[in-house]
Amino acid sequence: MLQIRRDLVDSIVAHARKDHPDEACGVIAGPEGTDRPERFIPMLNAARSSTFYEFDSLDLLKLYREMDARDEVPVVIYHSHTATEAYPSRTDIKLAQEPDAHYVLVSTRNPETAEFRSYRIVDGVVTEEDVEIVESYMFANTGSDDKPDS
Amino acid sequence: MAVTVSIPTILRTHTGGEKSVEATGKTVSEIIDDVESRHSGLKARLVKEDKLHRFVNVYVNDEDVRFAGGLDAEVADGDTVTILPAVAGGMR
Repeated sequence: MLQIRRDLVDSIVAHARKDHPDEACGVIAGPEGTDRPERFIPMLNAARSSTFYEFDSLDLLKLYREMDARDEVPVVIYHSHTATEAYPSRTDIKLAQEPDAHYVLVSTRNPETAEFRSYRIVDGVVTEEDVEIVESYMFANTGSDDKPDS
Repeated sequence: MAVTVSIPTILRTHTGGEKSVEATGKTVSEIIDDVESRHSGLKARLVKEDKLHRFVNVYVNDEDVRFAGGLDAEVADGDTVTILPAVAGGMR
């Protein structure tokens, strides 16, 4: 399951809307070992395309250096689909290379409502997961002592 | 002195979980071969038909080697070689 703050969901959707009809992409970094997305980092789509996205290679290096220095990992990797559903394409699956990340897909095909879905993509296998949107992580059930999700 | 090679999460299965390893060599190609000699399987994830995979980025210090000779890019003692999988995808 992906647990994510509402303001971060809003930031992702706003980025996707802003870049439409191009695909938008970015990362939400979080402290290593927490699985908690915290720092919203919109990235430039170097492909500037409505059907493809790719982080610029030097931006990618800068991003990973910065995350390393802050003991962060890419908890969420997001991108938008502009004309199709928020489900990973064959290309998305083939190129997914962060087995610990939540891959978030947003579809901007409908101007009124955005689809927001999350997946794990490991060794070419896609598993959709529930998304729990919370106002704050402080009061959310994150500890191991909490009751299991029903 | 040697070169430090930074390994991305997805390839750490080949390095026993190590985030970085030491290697020697004068070019990116030699560095990869040297790492491969101790961590087999890594090379196939990076190189295909004597070229870097399109969706794997390799940097010498701050430079993407794609713009510096590819596998022939020169490496000096004390340099850092960083391997990062591209973050990319698309609708099709």
